Amino acid sequence: MRRALLPAVAALVALLPLGAPAGAAERLVTSLSTHRVLINSVFTGAEVVLFGAVESDGAGPVRRGGFDVIATVVGPRQTLKTLRKDRMLGIWINADSRTFIDVPAYLAILGTRPFDQVVSAERLRRLQIGLNNVVLPQQIGPDVADVVTDDPFRRAFLRLKTERRLYVEDARAVTMLSPTLFQASIPVPAEAPVGTYEVDVKLFHDGMLVTRSTSAFEITKVGFERFVATAAVDNGLLYGIVTAMMALMTGWLASIVFRRD
Amino acid sequence: MEIYLPIADLPVNVFLVFAMGIAVGFISGMFGIGGGFLMTPLLIFIGVSPAVAVATVSSHIAASSFSGALNYWRRRAIDLALAFMLLIGGLIGTASGVWLFTQLRALGQLDLVIALSYVILLSSVGSLMVAESLRAIVRAHRNKQAPARHSGSHTWLHGLPLKVRFKQSRLYISVIPVWAIGLVMGFLGAIMGIGGGFILVPALIYLLRVPTNVVIGTSMVLTLVTMASATILHAATNHLVDALLALILMVGGVIGAQFGAQAGQKMRSERLRLMLGLLVLAVGLRFAVNLFVTPGEMFSFRLMEGDR
Repeated sequence: MRRALLPAVAALVALLPLGAPAGAAERLVTSLSTHRVLINSVFTGAEVVLFGAVESDGAGPVRRGGFDVIATVVGPRQTLKTLRKDRMLGIWINADSRTFIDVPAYLAILGTRPFDQVVSAERLRRLQIGLNNVVLPQQIGPDVADVVTDDPFRRAFLRLKTERRLYVEDARAVTMLSPTLFQASIPVPAEAPVGTYEVDVKLFHDGMLVTRSTSAFEITKVGFERFVATAAVDNGLLYGIVTAMMALMTGWLASIVFRRD
Repeated sequence: MEIYLPIADLPVNVFLVFAMGIAVGFISGMFGIGGGFLMTPLLIFIGVSPAVAVATVSSHIAASSFSGALNYWRRRAIDLALAFMLLIGGLIGTASGVWLFTQLRALGQLDLVIALSYVILLSSVGSLMVAESLRAIVRAHRNKQAPARHSGSHTWLHGLPLKVRFKQSRLYISVIPVWAIGLVMGFLGAIMGIGGGFILVPALIYLLRVPTNVVIGTSMVLTLVTMASATILHAATNHLVDALLALILMVGGVIGAQFGAQAGQKMRSERLRLMLGLLVLAVGLRFAVNLFVTPGEMFSFRLMEGDR
């Protein structure tokens, strides 16, 4: 169930200017340093570098500079249960829980400067930019809905994800190399799960969304790690038998090597 | 050197894990136990989830008990008939333990049950062991002679039906308590990630009056089979056994066990029992502290089933 390899030719991925406002005079060209992050036995995290350039499309007036960039990286969707401990009969147990449905396993929002200086708070909310504005649907009884931003479970969930560096909000992570060239480093922690990571780059000018560009990279296990992880899930019984045999072999070898007679 | 564990999904230092294997192996060799009750908490401490720790440690114990069982087999110190009867209960216990483990995991209360089982079982067994070994030490100081235990002394356990003769142990007892002991050990082992040697050996000696020359070898056969089947069942149902982690642990474990066994032979048995009792008690109390002290972090989150 691996997604097809992104073609290597897509070194420079310039995608459709989705929803670009009328009169947009710029195109956004972005590229990632890699489209595949490989988890092998020495994996301790990685960095994917995002490059981008603002190009004039020749149609409108030429603007030089004054651009802002906000990049959002969304990892594979997961359903996660957040639990809260409470004291019961003197001991602390997980008493209450909320289930977050199909929320990003990884989320990074990187910008050139504090988001509220780039666009208005109202617009940030509409574009779902920032940890406070991201939609985190919760299972509430039979319904699924997002809750107010100061909901304790929502806040705790964001805090835990941030502590584990799975959710990142960094308003200074995108560097403008020149008025029209930018670069950002997307931190991928060791814990980041395998799957497709979508990178959505938005270009702003004067508090307005000019255009956007999307691309993606994939995190995948390779070699021994992949072999073990796939075997454990796909052939659980066989995997268990092989592991048990391995244990017996180790024990038998030890009794031969360290034989005391 | 950091290495990425494929199932536990986290990077660990190989040398740290290997050293843990050697240290627990040393203790297990010294006391003639599997050491699961130390290894499972240690893995949880370095960040492995309790569920993966329990499932992985079962294969580690299978390795160390197989190595031990082979040594006892060469010395003809295993009562196979008794081991077989224990296994009937043991395998049923293991299967039901893995089943309950899966249910509790779905309910989100597995960590609590693992912690509670450790507190209750280890604190009570640890206290009993400490008290018993202290009495033995005091007795040895006073008159150097342990009170003679009548080999033929009967308890109510000997009045039960379905009697079977175990030739090597020179026992003629009902199989019901034998099955029951096997069942309880298999069940606890699957849920807590322990082989249970530190409970099984005293139970066989004091409840069934199994002679000391065959008791450790026989208990190792039960531990071996229940832990090997727990590995297979945990792998088949929960996909939580980390083979790479298990391999590092078991190699360290069997090496440490050799040195531990040599160290253990130089010590008096009641001193050994006292030390083991204190160790068991300490692990139980450590879990108790976690349950009773207000946690620094009230919240936690976990992946729901079917998402991996």
